[in-house]
Amino acid sequence: MSTTRARIWPFFGGIRLPGHKSESLGKTIQAHSLPQQLILPLNQHIGLSATPAVKPGDKVFKGQLIASASSSVSAPIHAPTSGTIKAITQHPTLHPSGLNAPCIVLEPDTQEQWADTIKPNAHPLQIEPETLRKLIGSAGIVGLGGAAFPTRLKLETGIENNIDTLIINAAECEPYITCDNALILERAAHIIEGIQILLRALNISRCLIGIEDEMKPAIHTLKQALTLTDETDIRLVETPTRYPAGGEKQLVKTLTGKEIPANGLPSDIGVLCHNVGTCYAVYQAIRHGIPLISRIVTVAGPGLGKACNLEVLFGTPIKDLIQLCGGYVNDKTDLLIGGPMMGYPVNSDELPIIKSCNCILVGSRSTKTEQTVMPCIRCGECVDVCPAKILPQILYWHAQAKEFDRIQDYHLFDCIECGCCDYVCPSHIPLVQYFRFAKNEIWSMEKEKLKSDQARERHEFRNQRIEKQKQAIEERRRKKKAALENKPKNLADDPKKSAILAAIERVQRKKSVADVEPKNTSNLSNAQKRQIKETDERRKNNKSE
Amino acid sequence: MNVEKTTNLNNRFKPHKSVTAMMLVVLVTLVPGVASYLYFFGLGMILNIIVACITALAAEALILWWRKKPVVFYLKDCSALVTAVLLALCLPSLAPWWLTVIATLFAIVIAKHLYGGLGHNIFNPAMIGYVVIIISFPQIMSTQWLNPDATKAIDSYTAATPLDNIKTELDRGQTISEVTEASPTLLFGEFGAYSWEWVNLAFLLGGIALLYLRIIRWHIPLMMLGTIFLIAAVFHYYDSDNYLPPLFHLFSGGTILAAFYIATDPVTSPNTRLGHIYFGIGIGIYTYVIRTWGGYPDGIAFAVLLMNMKTPILDYVTQPRAFGHPKKRHTHITHKKDSQD
Ligand code: SF4
Ligand code: SF4
Repeated sequence: MSTTRARIWPFFGGIRLPGHKSESLGKTIQAHSLPQQLILPLNQHIGLSATPAVKPGDKVFKGQLIASASSSVSAPIHAPTSGTIKAITQHPTLHPSGLNAPCIVLEPDTQEQWADTIKPNAHPLQIEPETLRKLIGSAGIVGLGGAAFPTRLKLETGIENNIDTLIINAAECEPYITCDNALILERAAHIIEGIQILLRALNISRCLIGIEDEMKPAIHTLKQALTLTDETDIRLVETPTRYPAGGEKQLVKTLTGKEIPANGLPSDIGVLCHNVGTCYAVYQAIRHGIPLISRIVTVAGPGLGKACNLEVLFGTPIKDLIQLCGGYVNDKTDLLIGGPMMGYPVNSDELPIIKSCNCILVGSRSTKTEQTVMPCIRCGECVDVCPAKILPQILYWHAQAKEFDRIQDYHLFDCIECGCCDYVCPSHIPLVQYFRFAKNEIWSMEKEKLKSDQARERHEFRNQRIEKQKQAIEERRRKKKAALENKPKNLADDPKKSAILAAIERVQRKKSVADVEPKNTSNLSNAQKRQIKETDERRKNNKSE
Repeated sequence: MNVEKTTNLNNRFKPHKSVTAMMLVVLVTLVPGVASYLYFFGLGMILNIIVACITALAAEALILWWRKKPVVFYLKDCSALVTAVLLALCLPSLAPWWLTVIATLFAIVIAKHLYGGLGHNIFNPAMIGYVVIIISFPQIMSTQWLNPDATKAIDSYTAATPLDNIKTELDRGQTISEVTEASPTLLFGEFGAYSWEWVNLAFLLGGIALLYLRIIRWHIPLMMLGTIFLIAAVFHYYDSDNYLPPLFHLFSGGTILAAFYIATDPVTSPNTRLGHIYFGIGIGIYTYVIRTWGGYPDGIAFAVLLMNMKTPILDYVTQPRAFGHPKKRHTHITHKKDSQD
């Protein structure tokens, strides 16, 4: 264990934000009572949806697998409590788009009966790394910092790239959010054990925990927990409190001095990042065999009775949490999922909590200042705060003009959508929205292009096929012809062939006759012929009239 | 796309500054400078300011109405007022009212709105207004300054600026010491140009306040003043009879005003900090060159406009290295490829 102030490499840009953390930090994490119904989307992570492993009417136990991973880029889902599967239907889910998605609806029976598949491990650190990774995968663990990337997959890429350092993200930099902080304060020892398990799963020993230097109580708690272990390679590093210190790229830069390459992954520079919440989930899964069925969610914001951290079963509707926190202050309220800087709004409080949801922010319409958008005055404030070191005002300019080629030259895709530029802009331009718009536009254009490329390929392929067929026919004809021409003298000798030849000739003669006379008028009776003639006459007269 | 109509998430929980507030702060910090102007050059200046402000607001309102933009909304940003005041501060204190009106109209109508209005203009509007009339009415521009000693009724009521005087004399083959002997009080003050040094000092005060309030950043003013000081020092050291001392350059004419208030106009200066540094150096060099060898006594306006023209290219070549990109300037390479294609 080492607690000396380690060297850091501060990142460029960023801003100091009012933290609003104390509001939700004072109280202990509260467990939430069982709701009437749990709604579990099949896709709560990055990657493919899980495949249901139950049918409506099935009785399930707490922690039982109810949907299995459909590929390596997917994560299984477990029953948060015991009960009956009511349905597998479309339901609105927590997503910026607000679209419906397939969900498993579970009605709790309040028995809280655990499945018999739950197996604790007394000595997690003696399990083989490969087995550990498998166990982590089958526990349905995904990154709980917000991205919800399947943890097992991340570990595997780490192994493939021979990473040497595990970085634990405890720098919860967005205002209001304190779920990780609360977790550290109450369960630091478990987090450390989770880290040890992850280190073993990765076959490495070096770990850096990045934490904002203003989170003093959490730092103290972690330090104490570290002294109780005999680890020497897990180091706590305090980073300056400056948003977005907890952004993956920024944190890695601060702790290691290395920049994750653009379009690259942390494993490209030998590190892997996990969130403290994920470490705790890993501890739960390996030590106690409990799959990921709940998480800590911060419920806070100016429009809320009392802010707090809740331990919530997945599938619980938002409104239940808000009720537990004293309900809304105003009746007209904005709901944000995530922090005030990077969160997205939702328009219903019926939506269920999913694995990636770390915070519910309740705004009140009265705190919202009406903003009018002015033209960009090129003041450069946004440039000074942009941690991606790009030029937001130039991106904005090109986004407005829809110059999507130029905007990529100015590194649109390096924008991490942190919202710093937005925050400082004196013209109140919603810059990030423009950038998201441009990114979406470019993605859909690329998809279109891909589609049309595929269509073109298909078309070309079809043309080729037709061409080939034609050639084949041509080839056969030529061969036949050649065969005929090559053996004219033998014809007389070969009665069979001469017979064929005669037949062909006959056909050809017939054909040429047919060419001269239209088929349908060849065998007409005289009366018919007369009729036709009359009709023709009539037509001629009509025309001349 | 109607991005502007959707609500801005980040703004929900935040207080922050606005364009209007920035412009108002700029106006307030001008107060000491304007006061010292009035003290030394008489009340004529306040008339100039009033005429310029009224003209600017009227012109802006009319054009906004004509362009079918929300008039009151845009007038509220106060940018037209800032332009008007800065322009008025560059005009001689006894300039006729119509001169002020013409200059202001050029600034607002041609330099600002023909380019698309706030945020879109390439050239500094106040400087365009100034240059148009210094080219059209050079006589008025160089002589209609109230003689700072007029109250003492020494000789004449109006005077040229010290910079102007010295330039004329130097052009006639006089040396600086001969000029000073001929009229000992009117040219040199304690450290800069007579009276003008105090006006400049007052503007410096306001400029420092702007820096402190982070309305402007140090790069442009420091680089511009530093460059002028350095070049002037070299030449003065080399030939003090023909080249004015560096402090005289800094504290005469509109040097300080331009450094803190005009060159720092965000719209017409580069976006990057490195760009700001080059921009400041460029203005410094041009100012010195035009003052010393050019046809006009004070070259700041031309210097600013010349550098305004270079703003896009400065923006382009001073792009920072984006996070996670290799040190080499890849963008430029790809750009070149693109343009060749
Ligand atoms: S902060 Fe806003 S007004 Fe200033 S340069 Fe950036 S986008 Fe333009
Ligand atoms: S949102 Fe994008 S452009 Fe704006 S500061 Fe963050 S990274 Fe830079």
